[in-house]
Amino acid sequence: MSVVTQTSPERAAAAAPLAPRAGLWPSLAAVYRAQLSRARVARIPLLFVATFQSVGIMVMMRGVVHAGDGEAARSVVAGSSVLVVAFVALNLLAQYFGQLRASGGLDHYATLPVPPASVVLGTAAAYASFTVPGTLVTALTGCVLFHLTVSGLWVLLLVIPLAGAALSGLGAALGLLAPRLEIATLLGQLGMSAALLLGVLPPSHMPAPVGWVRDVLPSTYGVEAFARTLGGPGATHWPAVAGDLSVCAAVGVLSLALATRAYRRAACR
Amino acid sequence: MFVSTGTEETAAPTVATARDAVCTVRGLVRTYPSGRGSRLPALRRRAPGDTPPPIRANDGIDLDVHRGELFGILGPNGAGKTTLVRQLTGLLRPDAGSIELLGHDLVRHPDRAARLIGYLGQESTALDELTVALAVETTARLRGLDVPAARAARDAVLDELDLAPLAGRPLKRLSGGQRRLACFATALVGERSVLVLDEPTTGMDPVARRAVWAAVDRRRTAHGTTVLLVTHNVIEAETVLDRVAVLDHGRVIACDTPAALRALVADEVRLDLVWRYEAPLAVPAVAVLEPLAEISGRRWTLRLPQDRARAAVADITGGPAFAALDDFTLAVPSLEDVYLALGGRGTGLVKA
Repeated sequence: MSVVTQTSPERAAAAAPLAPRAGLWPSLAAVYRAQLSRARVARIPLLFVATFQSVGIMVMMRGVVHAGDGEAARSVVAGSSVLVVAFVALNLLAQYFGQLRASGGLDHYATLPVPPASVVLGTAAAYASFTVPGTLVTALTGCVLFHLTVSGLWVLLLVIPLAGAALSGLGAALGLLAPRLEIATLLGQLGMSAALLLGVLPPSHMPAPVGWVRDVLPSTYGVEAFARTLGGPGATHWPAVAGDLSVCAAVGVLSLALATRAYRRAACR
Repeated sequence: MFVSTGTEETAAPTVATARDAVCTVRGLVRTYPSGRGSRLPALRRRAPGDTPPPIRANDGIDLDVHRGELFGILGPNGAGKTTLVRQLTGLLRPDAGSIELLGHDLVRHPDRAARLIGYLGQESTALDELTVALAVETTARLRGLDVPAARAARDAVLDELDLAPLAGRPLKRLSGGQRRLACFATALVGERSVLVLDEPTTGMDPVARRAVWAAVDRRRTAHGTTVLLVTHNVIEAETVLDRVAVLDHGRVIACDTPAALRALVADEVRLDLVWRYEAPLAVPAVAVLEPLAEISGRRWTLRLPQDRARAAVADITGGPAFAALDDFTLAVPSLEDVYLALGGRGTGLVKA
């Protein structure tokens, strides 16, 4: 690229003052609030569909899995609950960013003096927030259906934001990196399907290669952390829960950083 | 409204007037891989590399926009207007050339564009599911205003554009024109000394159009705001612009005041003939005009020297062809005629 620059000293001195940049946190808050408000307009896809899907899966699985504490029941309830997070934060967010990028909607943000991280983190945080009611409703319904204790449900207050960060970071990165909208949609769907199959089914029955795939899926660690607490606080191996949540957090940091880079690349060509 | 003298206007396109130049563009080139004409960035990014030569969407553009000017970029679809504007707003990197805006080198520092320009693009997907009020307030905050200032700016601009009754409605539930006006409101909040508006009045009714131009004029009067307007609407270009650059196939084919450009074809007039059914080609006065006409259904459009046009009208209205005539108009040339006279090859200009 050849660049012609003729900035003479007097012209440089005459350069107009630049308007201030928007700060990281204020603009993150503004993006978060704006995105959150979309739930009023797009209530059904953002809040209800994932919950219906997860509750439906649990009702179906109730036909083949016995109620009462056991690996299968825990897997179904924890997997279905985290599936809500995967559906919204991974699948829908990948589609959202894919669509924004394909339609030129990113231009709106790219022509404002806003840090890329504010846009990505604000949007990801909003999508993670959309999953809160659905995940809680699914977990409660699951505990009732499968006769599991609800005393450990508070752990969802950690699982949702951390798994939400990991999965929304991944969703945002997929949506922004996919060369076409269709591919962003496809990747989001595949990620969600993987979270469904590998999260809901009990891991001990899986063939080894499938288990490996399960191990590299970030949602698995959210499922594991929640599943460990479903036997009640006395029977919970807390260090393992902390370990699972740490994996979610680490994946969250990495994937959100990747998504921010992807946004920067997508916004200015 | 701002008016400049004719001498300044004619000198402007070729002389870099650092004195009052807000935006100076030199030799701007931007190419796209051919066969992928889509505006989608995702499609544009990965070129096959082996297929036909790239399309030069901007092919050596020079422009000088002066402070306080309402400067237009006119051209049919595909002329390279949006590509040019996307480079001016830092969204697209030029392959070659320079852009200086308010003393800042935008090729080297594209990120500065966001701190200098209020931009209205063609797409509203980022805002569609927000209410009008929140779309405007959020945009103000992302332009660096704090919450009280953003709310004050939001209320002021919604009142100014008469959007207050729609404030609580999501953009996607508005009509096309209303949505466009709401997007225009987002371009105004957090005042910038340069506004870049890409077809701002598309789909708007006359009331909304007037609101747009009134808001633009208020900013020019009060703050000396410079406005770059992209349009393919010749009527709009003639009525609101101080100067206009006519773009065709990625090149500026003319740049002057609308009046000066029209003077280029002042000895011509445009004659529109609309026939009731088929044109009566049996009448010699009509047959002789046929090769000169641009025919669109029952409408013939002719660009003729004034005396020739008068004679043609006299022949047709005074002879047997008059019975076959439904309507005719004789008009002074518009910018569309200028565009065609200058060798413009597109046919996408709109008169509305």
